[in-house]
Amino acid sequence: MSKPVNVGDACTGCGVCVSACPFGAITIVGDKAQIGDACRVCGACEPVCPVKAITMKKVEGPQSFSDWRGVLVYAEQREGKVHPVAYELLGRGRELAETLGEPVYAIVIGSGLAKAAEELVKRGADKVLTYDHSSLATYRDDPYSQILTEAVKELKPSIFLIGATSIGRALGPRVAAKLRTGLTADCTSLDIDPEIKVLLQTRPAYGGNIMATIYTQNSRPQMATVRYKVMTEAKIDPAHKGEIVKKSVDPSKLQDRVKILAFEAAKEQVSIVDADIVVSGGKGLGEPKGFDLIQRLATALGGAVGASRPTVDEGWIEYRHQVGLSGRTVRPKLYLACGISGAVQHQAGMKTSDVIIAINKDREAPICRISTLAAVGDLYEVVPRLIEKIKEQKGSGVP
Amino acid sequence: MSVGLNIVICIKQVPETTEVEFDKETGRLKREGVAAVINPFDEYAIETGLRLREKHGGRVKVISMGPPAAEQALRDAIAMGCDEGILVSDRVFGGADTWATSLTLAKSIQLSGAHDIIICGLKTTDGDTGQTGPEMAEHLGEPCISYVSQIIDVKDRKITLKRSLDDGVETLEAPLPLIITVSKDVGQPRLATLRGRLAAKKAVINTITNKEMGMNPKELGLDGSYTRVTKIFTPEPHAGGEVIEGTPDQLADAIYAKLKETKII
Ligand SMILES: Cc1cc2nc3c(=O)[nH]c(=O)nc-3n(C[C@H](O)[C@H](O)[C@H](O)COP(=O)(O)OP(=O)(O)OC[C@H]3O[C@@H](n4cnc5c(N)ncnc54)[C@H](O)[C@@H]3O)c2cc1C
Ligand SMILES: Nc1ncnc2c1ncn2[C@@H]1O[C@H](COP(=O)(O)O)[C@@H](O)[C@H]1O
Repeated sequence: MSKPVNVGDACTGCGVCVSACPFGAITIVGDKAQIGDACRVCGACEPVCPVKAITMKKVEGPQSFSDWRGVLVYAEQREGKVHPVAYELLGRGRELAETLGEPVYAIVIGSGLAKAAEELVKRGADKVLTYDHSSLATYRDDPYSQILTEAVKELKPSIFLIGATSIGRALGPRVAAKLRTGLTADCTSLDIDPEIKVLLQTRPAYGGNIMATIYTQNSRPQMATVRYKVMTEAKIDPAHKGEIVKKSVDPSKLQDRVKILAFEAAKEQVSIVDADIVVSGGKGLGEPKGFDLIQRLATALGGAVGASRPTVDEGWIEYRHQVGLSGRTVRPKLYLACGISGAVQHQAGMKTSDVIIAINKDREAPICRISTLAAVGDLYEVVPRLIEKIKEQKGSGVP
Repeated sequence: MSVGLNIVICIKQVPETTEVEFDKETGRLKREGVAAVINPFDEYAIETGLRLREKHGGRVKVISMGPPAAEQALRDAIAMGCDEGILVSDRVFGGADTWATSLTLAKSIQLSGAHDIIICGLKTTDGDTGQTGPEMAEHLGEPCISYVSQIIDVKDRKITLKRSLDDGVETLEAPLPLIITVSKDVGQPRLATLRGRLAAKKAVINTITNKEMGMNPKELGLDGSYTRVTKIFTPEPHAGGEVIEGTPDQLADAIYAKLKETKII
């Protein structure tokens, strides 16, 4: 059995690949490079080898997938309302489809979907498939994944995108496995390879320390779940025309093994994810009470309160305020970071904000390098003055 | 009193991520002195399994696919209280994506006896997909419930549990056997006990290779994967702007001016 990465006889043991390997998987044994268990088949070693001794097992193909065409977007909905991540997917999906010269489709499953379907057309879908039935009113893994699988087999899109919400991340792998195709989780960017026209799916790995670009070989559709708030929403275009196809639903043919006994909606919905302005506090607050000041600034600006992970871990504020890799991703017009160093894991959740302002004592903090404006100073001195100014302005009636 | 539950827990050995750093100069992950540990999210899976055994009786088996060194993760799980560890290891499994991993794990679970419930972590800290559990469910033809936050009860071959979604918490009922993935809400994982450590030392870890599974190697590892990594790179930093110093008043003024300039206020 040949290994995924092969070292040929030409190897001189020069060691160039050893330093190119991000995973430290290559060692020189005798005078030959040896690929160890830590190898992730990332391909970094292949191009650096001066004598071309390293070969990666090549993609078989290029197989023809010419009967798979179009970009399909799954439009998640609750009570007939489409989750905004679907509009973001339509936005990016349209651009990808134009590059390929192919159509954009949307699919929506639920009950009472007429409005949703119309909106999806206005947001750029050329064709919307609706599976509208009272028995499908709430999300359930079994019937939803079955419907999607059958729909994809019939429609044959070349690309299938799902929002990486908690539902999307549960549903995606079920459908991908049924379809026997690949799935890339939690993508933050999508592109088309200019030469071979495949979908390049880029996502963070290793806690956001590295990014990996992945593609789907030997199977279709090319499936990805895509993070919310990283792509730009498709604008409403009332003039855009599209076909709405009502598909028939026969509940008796749908598998449904899991019963919902109850649903308890989350208490408050002033979610940081939807806010236009997020004011965040970090370890630099020094104590839990510091969040009172952050809250006052957020209130003055009409925004929501965010937090870095250590403040959540220490119980200064609840988890739902956490921004970052293991918290929420936000993309507000303004992200104001107070006493946050801006570790990569924190950046992963906020760096696509339109304007980033930081208040930090340390001008070397990573947050200062990524901010539109970084004020080097003590937040306890700067924030109260800033609040005063904002209030003064409001009080004076000047717009 | 029934005979108890056959519980299988899937764990992965990962580098301790809090310490994994990317060296921008050399483009390598700094691995010196970085320990390999049980994927932190999988410790919650183990805790869930042990609590189920405490309440309903039965056996807790841990299974891990990885290089021979992953045996240590299995011993660590036994030290926490699991009964048995199985290592799924073969060179042909290398380079597997979630499809090939879940297929290999599903086959090995089938090989290693009957199960009532398979528990996975929410996701791994290296691969970070959360897909392995749900994909395994398809290979086994069993239901799958992700993001379980609390197990309420197991009775008459049915499990009731809660799972948290973005907008609320569902209470669900499902038949056994099934697969669940658990979140941190299930409860703090316990530490290893002295007795557990002794058991871990003595435990015989059985290894499943492709000889036992008898699969076509083309379906396994990199060959059996539908996705392929083409490039890895360091994330681009967000383009920065100005860094300013001054008195608190000057700083507040500058921020205020920026808010005006960008039409935020
Ligand atoms: C797998 C993984 C996932 C993670 N996920 C997340 C995540 O989702 N979100 C997240 O935030 N982190 C996450 N982290 C943690 C992350 O690596 C950092 O540890 C964390 O973001 C640091 O938080 P901080 O900036 O609040 O604290 P620190 O790094 O301690 O920074 C505090 C900052 O405050 C400044 N400061 C102190 N006093 C003042 C003052 N009076 N006025 C002004 N400035 C002051 C300091 O100069 C410093 O820059 C994750 C880590 C890992 C390994
Ligand atoms: N190699 C593996 N061996 C055993 N279990 C695994 C392996 N990879 C993933 N898992 C399980 O699947 C879960 C999700 O992993 P992932 O899809 O990589 O995020 C993990 O928390 C584990 O429970």
